Amino acid sequence: MAAVLALKGLGHAYLGRTVLDAVDLTLAAGEVVALVGPSGCGKSTLAHIAAGVVEPLRGRVERGYRRHGMVFQEPRLLPWATARDNIAYPLRLQGLPRGERRVRAEAAAARAALEPADLGKYPVELSGGMRQRVAIARALAIEPDFVYFDEPFTALDVALKRRMQDLVIGAARALRFAALFITHDLMEAARVAHRIAVVDAHGRGIAGERAVEGTPGERGDGDLYRLVATFLTDDPLFRHIHDIDERRAS
Amino acid sequence: MTAAVAERLGRLGRFLWSGWAGLAGLALFAAVWQAGHERFGAFILPAPLATLAAGRTIAGDPASWALAATTTLRALEGFALAGLAGTLGGIAAGYSPATMRLARPILTVLLGVPPIAWIVLAMIWFGSTNGTIITSIVVASTPVVFVGVAEGALTRDRGLDDMARAFGAGPLARLTTLGLRHIAAFLFPALTVALGSAFKVAVMAELLANTGGIGGALAMARANLDVAEALAWVLIAVGGLILVEYALVHPVRAEFERWREAARPWGVKR
Repeated sequence: MAAVLALKGLGHAYLGRTVLDAVDLTLAAGEVVALVGPSGCGKSTLAHIAAGVVEPLRGRVERGYRRHGMVFQEPRLLPWATARDNIAYPLRLQGLPRGERRVRAEAAAARAALEPADLGKYPVELSGGMRQRVAIARALAIEPDFVYFDEPFTALDVALKRRMQDLVIGAARALRFAALFITHDLMEAARVAHRIAVVDAHGRGIAGERAVEGTPGERGDGDLYRLVATFLTDDPLFRHIHDIDERRAS
Repeated sequence: MTAAVAERLGRLGRFLWSGWAGLAGLALFAAVWQAGHERFGAFILPAPLATLAAGRTIAGDPASWALAATTTLRALEGFALAGLAGTLGGIAAGYSPATMRLARPILTVLLGVPPIAWIVLAMIWFGSTNGTIITSIVVASTPVVFVGVAEGALTRDRGLDDMARAFGAGPLARLTTLGLRHIAAFLFPALTVALGSAFKVAVMAELLANTGGIGGALAMARANLDVAEALAWVLIAVGGLILVEYALVHPVRAEFERWREAARPWGVKR
């Protein structure tokens, strides 16, 4: 299968401090890859580079997909626009006429389980979970064949997190998009992804990869818990995953 | 559609209803004025009603309407120039730190010079013409707008900028869809202040430069020691300012600030 995203020898530094170096990663069409690693290892920076938000210092990004959407850790909604206009914002950037924007924004909202009554509200009137739903709908509105998720559910509580993960799993299957899902929650990675890639604790490349058996959404909870427990206790690849240095965390 | 119209009417109704509080404040002011009149007599401080009567006489004369129109036009011309220059400069400074560093000391100097000094200079440069009035207004009002807009551009949400970039927005699209919208929240308060100072400076410059308008009429009233007429002209100038502010600036601002209204809990709306 052709690669839809290939990162080749990526490296980046902030103010002379190297945060990423020699990162190689390839994603196939329709494949969801979870990128895990300890806080501050540069995985968010990696997603920002791949999505074109940040210019890499070294290496290159080859994008084989048509267009991508992105969901950030914070919802990043325009405070002055209603939920509907927020979802339609990328469509406005594409220059679509108002009527079509509205239709497509409402379709995307339905996919993210937003009710029509919520669409006229401003972000301040929505709860944290609802705002993140709007952010997901915004990423889906452009009908992407690739989506970047940058720790999207870190700020949500456990039950809400599960619901959002199911939303992403369902959308990925229905729309057949590939995705790079950044997270530091191994359970989350095992639920949503086909494959888990671990970033080296100091950002020196990808330390290793593990494929997850089965299809996202069809795996039993018991199997997933056992898998994650095995990863954490027996697999040296995941040894540093919960190391944290608050000073470097970003 | 009907819901949108109903919502708009509702907002208009709330806005008009809030006028009662404004009227109460004005009534209190008139009461203090009346007390001053009774204490100091009609020559020093004419009664509010006498001033209103003088105002009515002035308003009945087409010639005074022409005077008021002259002043309003000059104030608005100066205000438009100041608004344009301040907005463009503010955006440039907000987006470019180097421009900001260069502009800061210049602003300090401009703000430090009293408006009256500018009027004198403008009189020397332009004589008794429109140019004097408009120059004075531009110099007095531009820094206010500039500082407000630069503040807005500096405090823009970079997270939103990154989000837009992730969805493929170029610099121009980011400026028009995010930057300007954020700056508008800072621009309107600054424009309100600038408009107020435009009217005040216009009247002051007209009085000093003897170029007609409301300022010229005030100079005349002073020469005749007609305190009631002077006060009536002041009333007219303030009335004009209030009219422009509530008919123009507030409705536009309300349109931009609807989302803030949504954030306010019930019962504490303005």
